Amino acid sequence: MITLETIAATGVFSVAWLMIAVPALMAGLLLISGKFFDRTGHWMAVAASTTSFVLAAWMFIQMLGADPEHRAVSVPLYTWINSGTWKIDAGLQIDQLSIVFALLITGVGSLIHLYSVGYMAHDVRRRRFFAYLNLFVAAMLLLVLADNYLVLFVGWEGVGLASYLLIGFWQHKPSAAAAAKKAFVMNRVGDLGLTMAVMSMLALFGSSSFEAVNAGAAKLSPGWATAIGLFLLLGAAGKSAQVPLQGWLLDAMEGPTPVSALIHAATMVTAGVYLVVRSHEVFEMSATAATAVVIVGAVTLLAGAWIGTSKDDIKKVLAGSTMSQIGYMMLAAGIGPAGYAFAIFHLLTHGFFKANMFLGAGSVMHAMDDDVDMRHYGALAKILPYTFYTFAMGYLAIIGFPFFAGYFSKDHIIEAAFEHNLWAGVAALVGAGITAFYMTRLMLMTFAGQKRWREGVHPHESPKVMTVPLVVLAIFSVFGGLLMNAWIQEWLEPAVGNHVTEISLVPNLIGWLTLAVVAAGVAIAWFVFGGKRTIPDVAPATRNPFTVMGRNELFGNTVNDVLVVQPTMMAARGLTVADTKAIDGGANGLVTVFNGLSTQVRRLQNGQVRTYALTMALGAVAVGVVMILSQLG
Amino acid sequence: MTPEYYVYLATILFALGTVGVMVRRNALVAFMSVELMLNAANLAMVAFSQARGGLDGQVATFFVMVVAAAEVVIGLSIIIVIYRTRRSTSMDAASLLKL
Repeated sequence: MITLETIAATGVFSVAWLMIAVPALMAGLLLISGKFFDRTGHWMAVAASTTSFVLAAWMFIQMLGADPEHRAVSVPLYTWINSGTWKIDAGLQIDQLSIVFALLITGVGSLIHLYSVGYMAHDVRRRRFFAYLNLFVAAMLLLVLADNYLVLFVGWEGVGLASYLLIGFWQHKPSAAAAAKKAFVMNRVGDLGLTMAVMSMLALFGSSSFEAVNAGAAKLSPGWATAIGLFLLLGAAGKSAQVPLQGWLLDAMEGPTPVSALIHAATMVTAGVYLVVRSHEVFEMSATAATAVVIVGAVTLLAGAWIGTSKDDIKKVLAGSTMSQIGYMMLAAGIGPAGYAFAIFHLLTHGFFKANMFLGAGSVMHAMDDDVDMRHYGALAKILPYTFYTFAMGYLAIIGFPFFAGYFSKDHIIEAAFEHNLWAGVAALVGAGITAFYMTRLMLMTFAGQKRWREGVHPHESPKVMTVPLVVLAIFSVFGGLLMNAWIQEWLEPAVGNHVTEISLVPNLIGWLTLAVVAAGVAIAWFVFGGKRTIPDVAPATRNPFTVMGRNELFGNTVNDVLVVQPTMMAARGLTVADTKAIDGGANGLVTVFNGLSTQVRRLQNGQVRTYALTMALGAVAVGVVMILSQLG
Repeated sequence: MTPEYYVYLATILFALGTVGVMVRRNALVAFMSVELMLNAANLAMVAFSQARGGLDGQVATFFVMVVAAAEVVIGLSIIIVIYRTRRSTSMDAASLLKL
């Protein structure tokens, strides 16, 4: 068991909180400033995000310089809760794991900010959009930098809020509003899991800090270890859109495209993987929970790839692909110490190439008047050269073309999966083939073939402010894997306790097999969609069950509808009937009874003074009689 | 002396007053009957006071007289107002205070 030795914060680390505070305060400033910053707000947001990146990079360089045992830094901030026996400190933990996340979030996040300056140039609510982007970055930084689960949960909820605001940014569209609500509600289901995990930790260890939980995990009873592991997995599945809580991710495409890039590459969906890797001690204590993570990952990677193959909406293909790639990471995280580093490695490379491709897709949509249907694209390679070449780099990275970023990270996961379990390995291998298929399909339908543009569409390359981030991300998509391949395992080892395994650039048997499967995927896609083959204007009607299921997102929404929504609606209707009939009926019945009684009593009040006099006299007589009788008695 | 006769007289006066209030329609007559009842009560109190050798009953009588005087002022003004608006002092006709 490894307990992370942390050192006290000095130098730049003592102001680490600025990394979170700057974008958070900027978000607040932009939201309350009214029209004052309408003209400059977007650049201020870019500056805030970049400031965080500079701070993160500075810390990273300092950590590189330190010797491996003294890299992790803890930054206590203040006592958050001090009540009775409970004392919870809010603090930051900057170790090898959280700093790479911070770099990814702020680095890719800043590029997305920059890109959004061009993408959202004509939106009247641009200032608000950038405020939300900053809020998103701040919340995600809080999530990964927190030193205990309770503070992590604050960031976790902040990410949920920011994603809700951004997915529903174009709230005038009912579909966007519905998608935002769906994302929020499905995330709540996951949050329930995380809440229960945190409460269990507080009950068992008396603290929610990573240090206490990791130290106490070894003494956990198997039942509790499994329970906490499964709770954490539920939380991770909600945030990372893993089966069975995957439904919100595809609908989340209703948001502006930079938001999709931010959610899929730098923030939000990576939180689940972070949570599992961060809680590795718990999962190492429970084989059941770890197996559940592997199963969820394997199922999701196939489900996401399946959905990706049959969608015509370019963003939904990419969304399916994100599901699938996060599935790979989950799979790797569930494998155990052999996989942690590869999960994070793939997460980082995926952050580069997925941000690259989402922003590329945004650039294509920008050119095509916000049309997302790939059947209306075609032959865009010549017209959008920057977009095409950068997208192509992302494409080669995701399918795992040799020496591109995804080649290293995905191959490692597939190899680790084969060593862990044959079925997990097969799932990962098949997933790689399907990935190659649907990404090739996307490339061919978008950039190659005949023009199938709608009338009045005149594609044009995006402005520099959008292409520059694309180029930067493309460079990382190409070299990111090569840069980190030899380094990442040893770097992460003190923080996540992964086992450093030998890696070589020459593929072994599984490596060759993967390449063959990928090549097969590309070839099949070429035969179906490539060359001179015409692509129908509307999706051809089909009864092929695979296609039908893919197009309907594996009926995930139907399943949710039948299993959750309908029973809830029925319960609600039943309660309404019980309320109106039984409770209201009872109350109203009582009212009717008293109404009738009072009507009768009212008759006594007839306005005749003499009647009143008689009543008084009779009353006086009655009182007198009673008094006399009581005297006699 | 014995208070018996005074008590008999007071009882008779009180009964007359009560019947008067209940059977007469004219507000003025009813009002007079009420005064009769009050004075019957006064007479009884004075009689008992004399018989028991105390002054409480006689003191209470003064209070009743003061209250009766005030009541006459208010009651007569109300009757006059009713008469002015309705041209009648019939109590049965003035029965609008009901639902």
